[in-house]
Amino acid sequence: MTTLTRGPEAVRLPAPSPATRPRGRWVTIALFLLPALVLFVLLVVAPILVAFYASAFKWNGFGGLPTDFIGLDNFTRLFGTEIFGQDLWHLAVLVLLSVVIQLPFSLAIAMLLNQRIRGRALYRVVFFAPYVLSEVITGVLFSLILSPQSGMANQILSVFGLDSEWLANPDTVMPSLFLVMTWKYFGFHMMIYLAGRQNIPNELVEAAQIDGATSWKTFRHITLPLLGPTIRISVFLSVIYTIQLFDLVWILTQGGPSHSSETMAVTMMDWGFKRSQVGYASAISVVMFLLSLVFALVYQRFVMRRDLEGATTSMGERR
Amino acid sequence: MIHRRRRTPRSSTLPLHAIAWVVGAFVLIPVVYALIGGFKTTSELSGNPFGLPRTWETDNYTDVLGSGTFWLQLWNSTFIAVVTTVLTVGVSALAGFVFARFAFRGRELFFTMFTAGLMFPFAVAILPIFVLLRTFGLLDNPLGVILTQAAFGLPLTIIILRGFFRSIPGEVEEAAIIDGCGPFGFFWRILLPMARPAIATVSVLAIVGSWNNFMLPLVVFSEESSWTLPLGIQQFQGQYASDTARILAYLVLAMVPALGFYAIAERHLVGGLTAGATKG
Repeated sequence: MTTLTRGPEAVRLPAPSPATRPRGRWVTIALFLLPALVLFVLLVVAPILVAFYASAFKWNGFGGLPTDFIGLDNFTRLFGTEIFGQDLWHLAVLVLLSVVIQLPFSLAIAMLLNQRIRGRALYRVVFFAPYVLSEVITGVLFSLILSPQSGMANQILSVFGLDSEWLANPDTVMPSLFLVMTWKYFGFHMMIYLAGRQNIPNELVEAAQIDGATSWKTFRHITLPLLGPTIRISVFLSVIYTIQLFDLVWILTQGGPSHSSETMAVTMMDWGFKRSQVGYASAISVVMFLLSLVFALVYQRFVMRRDLEGATTSMGERR
Repeated sequence: MIHRRRRTPRSSTLPLHAIAWVVGAFVLIPVVYALIGGFKTTSELSGNPFGLPRTWETDNYTDVLGSGTFWLQLWNSTFIAVVTTVLTVGVSALAGFVFARFAFRGRELFFTMFTAGLMFPFAVAILPIFVLLRTFGLLDNPLGVILTQAAFGLPLTIIILRGFFRSIPGEVEEAAIIDGCGPFGFFWRILLPMARPAIATVSVLAIVGSWNNFMLPLVVFSEESSWTLPLGIQQFQGQYASDTARILAYLVLAMVPALGFYAIAERHLVGGLTAGATKG
């Protein structure tokens, strides 16, 4: 393609500018698109295809492409393990806790900071700050704070005669993990809600108040429905993130104690890198991929459909 | 009107402030605990977790700052973040320009392919990427992390930049062409300078994404000399497991660049993230 620029026809064509000349136009398009295309195909598309391919083989990751074809055996083996069922259960628990606790909490805080209270700009900056810190910093910080022997959390609780084993006990590890996730991520969802709230015309809210609606009724019947698209997106992001949750779990618990906080990504890394069963680990990553894909398609088809049509508000048109 | 009056007196915002303070305490206490804890000895920390230190021990901080490893990791993180950002934004700007200003067959197909990349969990590709990087000898090479991060950063960056490029009126392009600009001249001399706010936003997102990345450096870098800060922190925790105060000092020092960057780029970061979220 690149040689075309030096070809004689390119010079002979009488058109006034390269952008309107058909062949020169294609050269421009190709040259501008090529770097992104090469990078994306080589490091995003191809690896995902290879993951699919490798999932049908017994493979330790060495010696070129895999050769020991075993069909769907990796998948039947995976679905038969107890750990995989636990991974799915942990995913369900975290999604449920996020949707029932974390996101409503973020929404409430966003509504609070939408009021004219003094210092709200500062509150916003502070509440969002944990999102900027890396998962590793967050994880290490909380593994120290939640340490059963000398951690800060138990030292506070001991004043009230309470304590907890936090991450060290299979019964408390998931709520503890969720606590850390909330600390880190509620500010992000709060910011999304705040941005969504600012797109709602204040006239609507004021009109309701003049008609005598209480703050709760205004929220329930005006703000909440108009925030619908924003809320649906934040649920979507939360689920997609939880499906591939890795960093925090790896730092906090490595999936333990005895797999009680393991996620699919942790299981995959465990088999792929610690035990060099790359074929089997690829099967896990394929399941993660399909789970994300099916969720995204179903969610967009059935839940976000109304938003994409943009029937009642201008929110839909922005996408 | 009377109803509204009754709700506005200052006393009525007190419960709101109370809630905000409780949430603020939830957010800040861990960070403040780390900051002050770094000035204590570990033995004092277990007996006196909240109070100010009896004597302000600076050893934990000065030891970390005096060791070469912290600075090396800081440099590695910075280098990788900067090169990743330049590459991601440069390549995306070229592609976004074509997607925004050219009509050609297959455009929507290619664009959909890139946007679909937003939904691919990075973890899905990590094993093949590892094998691929090993084949090309890019393990323990910053390029292995940089190229991969850039590739996965393309979808969001292209979407945001394309949206911005499209908002620039066609008259500007026509005027540029009449004045003798080719497509690249228009892109380089007119479009990019006009798109500065959008470029700033996507750059900030790329920097933060690279800075905080853990999974990819974890599998690519085995030699300590190439470690980034997240890897260094994790290793430091393992090495000084019983010396809590020292780990706290390391954490606090590692937080400083991220929080400092947040202070400078808060507007772009929040704007970019919420725009990215609502466009996904």
